[in-house]
Amino acid sequence: MKNLLKYIVSRVLLTIPMLFILLSLVFVVLRVMPGDPVSAMLGDHAPAHVIREKQLELGLDKPIFVQYLNYLGQIARFDLGESMVYKQRVVDTMKDKLPATVELTVIAMIFTLLIGIPLGAFAASKRRSARDFGIRLYGNIVYCIPVYWMGLMLQLLFGIFLNWLPIAGRTSARTFVTDFARSNFYIIDTIVAGNWAALGDVLIHIFLPSLTLGITLSGVFLRLTRANMLDTLKSDYVLAARARGIPEKHVVYRHALKNAFIPILTMLGLQFATLLAGAILTESTFSWPGIGRLLLERIYLRDYPVIQGVIVVYALLVSLISMLVDIIYAFIDPRVKY
Amino acid sequence: MTSETETGKVQAKPEPILQIKKLCIDYPIAIGTVQAVRDVSIDLYDGEALGLVGESGCGKSTLGLAILDLVREPGKIASGEILYHGRDILKMPKAEVLALRGQGVAMVFQNPLTSLNPLMKIKDHFLETIQQHKPDILKKDALRMTAELLEELGIDKKRMDDYPHQLSGGMRQRIMIALGLIMNPDIIIADEPTTSLDVIVEAGFVDLLNRLRMKFELSIILITHNLGLVAEIADRIVVMYGGKIMEEGTAEMIFHRPYHPYTAGLINCVPNIDVDQAKLTTMAGSPPDLVHPPKGCRFQPRCPKALERCAVEEPQLLTYRDGRRAACWLYPEEF
Amino acid sequence: MDRKSNTGAAAEAAFSPAAGMGRLFRWLSEKNKRYGAEWWIMIAGILIIALIVFAAVCPTVFTKFDPLDQNAGTQLGAPNAEHLFGTDNLSRDIFSRMMYGSRTILGVAIAAALVSSLIGIPLGLLSGFIGGWFDKTLSLVMDSLYSFPGLILAISFAAMLGPGVINITVAVAVIYIPTYFRLVRGQTLTIKEELYVEAARAIGAKRSMILFKYIFPNVIATVVVVFSLNIADAIMTEAALSYIGLGLPGSIPDWGMDLSMGKKFLPSGVWWMITFPGVMIMILALGFTMLGEGLAEILNPKLLEK
Repeated sequence: MKNLLKYIVSRVLLTIPMLFILLSLVFVVLRVMPGDPVSAMLGDHAPAHVIREKQLELGLDKPIFVQYLNYLGQIARFDLGESMVYKQRVVDTMKDKLPATVELTVIAMIFTLLIGIPLGAFAASKRRSARDFGIRLYGNIVYCIPVYWMGLMLQLLFGIFLNWLPIAGRTSARTFVTDFARSNFYIIDTIVAGNWAALGDVLIHIFLPSLTLGITLSGVFLRLTRANMLDTLKSDYVLAARARGIPEKHVVYRHALKNAFIPILTMLGLQFATLLAGAILTESTFSWPGIGRLLLERIYLRDYPVIQGVIVVYALLVSLISMLVDIIYAFIDPRVKY
Repeated sequence: MTSETETGKVQAKPEPILQIKKLCIDYPIAIGTVQAVRDVSIDLYDGEALGLVGESGCGKSTLGLAILDLVREPGKIASGEILYHGRDILKMPKAEVLALRGQGVAMVFQNPLTSLNPLMKIKDHFLETIQQHKPDILKKDALRMTAELLEELGIDKKRMDDYPHQLSGGMRQRIMIALGLIMNPDIIIADEPTTSLDVIVEAGFVDLLNRLRMKFELSIILITHNLGLVAEIADRIVVMYGGKIMEEGTAEMIFHRPYHPYTAGLINCVPNIDVDQAKLTTMAGSPPDLVHPPKGCRFQPRCPKALERCAVEEPQLLTYRDGRRAACWLYPEEF
Repeated sequence: MDRKSNTGAAAEAAFSPAAGMGRLFRWLSEKNKRYGAEWWIMIAGILIIALIVFAAVCPTVFTKFDPLDQNAGTQLGAPNAEHLFGTDNLSRDIFSRMMYGSRTILGVAIAAALVSSLIGIPLGLLSGFIGGWFDKTLSLVMDSLYSFPGLILAISFAAMLGPGVINITVAVAVIYIPTYFRLVRGQTLTIKEELYVEAARAIGAKRSMILFKYIFPNVIATVVVVFSLNIADAIMTEAALSYIGLGLPGSIPDWGMDLSMGKKFLPSGVWWMITFPGVMIMILALGFTMLGEGLAEILNPKLLEK
């Protein structure tokens, strides 16, 4: 346990150079961008002295290098700063947006795994059959479907033609969010508040966007599970288990799948970044009020602190997940020691 | 029953407990079909240790797996019968085959390092096996059985809580044997059991196998290319080449008066300090292409004593007066 | 679209069409025996790509409408015999926009994959070959970029550079540099330790000679596969950027942009404005994925399993 703690600390330290590189890159990219928050706010025809005043206020008059050092200093103090466009701290801007994104990605990941892993394992156990071929075809096609298009098609089918599910937002207008919102994870909040009607509303809103995101990523996991299962099914311990009279079902799902899961777990860590990228597009398609949509909104306004803040949060999410994956490793695989 | 299957060294013994009859195994691959095993008939009697020897790729491991109906994909048993106590394993319902594996016939594999599931504790391998075959046995009794057997094999029962990677190769080999023995099978098939062990551990393994054989009244099929190992364990030896039986006889016959040039060649390859040997010989040539096997005798292209006839006509497996069988034109008459 | 040019049987086939087709077919089925289904997957991928490339090169063969013509038909007209894919809110023919739009997406995706491979491969080779602090620093930068959601970087770049074909190409290219870098660096490290390279070093071969004669040719086989899969990815990224509205000026027909336009009319059930651009993006990406997977199976069966 002590080793694990040591490991976590070293992992956290490792994310610092990554954050530094990303932030520096984004800083450079943003500051070279044509346009700036002042003209985005005031329009092009504002009098020069007003623009000048605003620039002074936001510190945009200083040399870029000084701005950069100031910003890094701020980050080192765990301060994401204040929006340049609205009078609001960046942290407060994200307070209700981040839970929306996390909720969406977590549910989507569950869909991905629930679809991808069983299908992949099944395809591997029926190798070269028509069912195997069909499942692989599904995997390849789904991999090539743009997530936003899948979202639009599902909206068209379930939202417009069938009119079964809502196609935008986290809740409907009838539901009063202030009744239950505490952590802004609506699923948890409504359960804690015991507000079942609201929970139902939240669930039908999250269903379509998370399914969209989940399906598009399921192809990757399907293929990976299948490939790994084919490997583990060929392994000696699987043959040995069969020779001991263990039924095929147990051999496939208990011995082979559990071993095949280890590389899948690695992939889970790596694919989380893809999931976050997909989440931006899904949020945009489903008007989902997460940090991805916030990013798109503020990029047009050149709201530097918020854009940088969102990037920091994304980077932290990615490292957090890969750390979690490593910890889960230690629980699944007895050979891994920290 | 044909006269062929009744041969073997022991007339006094009753029905064999395992009879392989005219077994053929095919491996379809991209460029054709590999004839991995062809027309192999072998009997195994109660309490007997049978050595199955040949170079790698001669079909001996495939034959071992076939006995449990576990031929690796895409291999298929094309024809033949495998009778266990008179009943054909290949025609049994699935549930009976499952019950037979481990309980009637157990297998010990080549590589003990990879034959245990790395994510399962040692005891869970045993528990899983016991509960599969005897669901009525309580967990604590199953654990006690396991502990007793492991102690018998010289492994501290505390090791039951370990994972495979925490044990040495020799220990894992003994655990594989214990896993084979736990359901009290009457036949153990050991497939190259010592290839991954060092020489000292191998010597210990031979003693152990001989001791267990007495104690548990086992019949053993030892599949190996290691003639030294066969010499120390087997009563009777079957020599395979290119998926076919070349010669079969008691250990004594095979080692002291081999008929088949292939058998003789194999024996010459074994370094032996007892016999005065001028030099260590290796056998020329390489194993045959089993998609397009050579015409006539399969060994003929490599055979130092090949006759003209060998390349034209395939020799039949004949039974000779001393009870041995051989397929070679040098001995065309049964005598 | 010249299917035969992809098969190598072209020269023979030129003499008599019937005999040529027969020979072509025999050649194909012989390869099928050797490689199985993967062979057909690759052929299907090549056919898809060839068809769309043909549409991009000579769209006039398929459509008589100008993709920018705002009087091509009625406003928001459903698909019919004259307008196969219907017309959009500005009365433009959607089928024609698909044909012309393939130029944009193909051009951007292929150019982006070329740019990122031309930067990523040499960097990976050098980094793996030289090692030391150069390798460490570069690897840290590349790994940081790689672990971060690529689309977010692309969005930042696209927003910074503003709309334009070159700009969007750069934005897409940037995020795939780490992919090539990591792949090539890993391979270089492996090959560097191979016996034949050791041997070359032992007999005193020059470093540059080892790099170009031994390491580079071995790396390139893997790169071919990844290049094809990368184009598929770049297609989706390009479409995503223009879907978000960061891609191109309105005067250039583009599938992703058509899709975002169609999104506005989705609540009124105008299905044809979103269905066709999406199907086109999917099919094109599928073509390159199939080509890549087929190649992988044929060049190196173990590659994609990792």
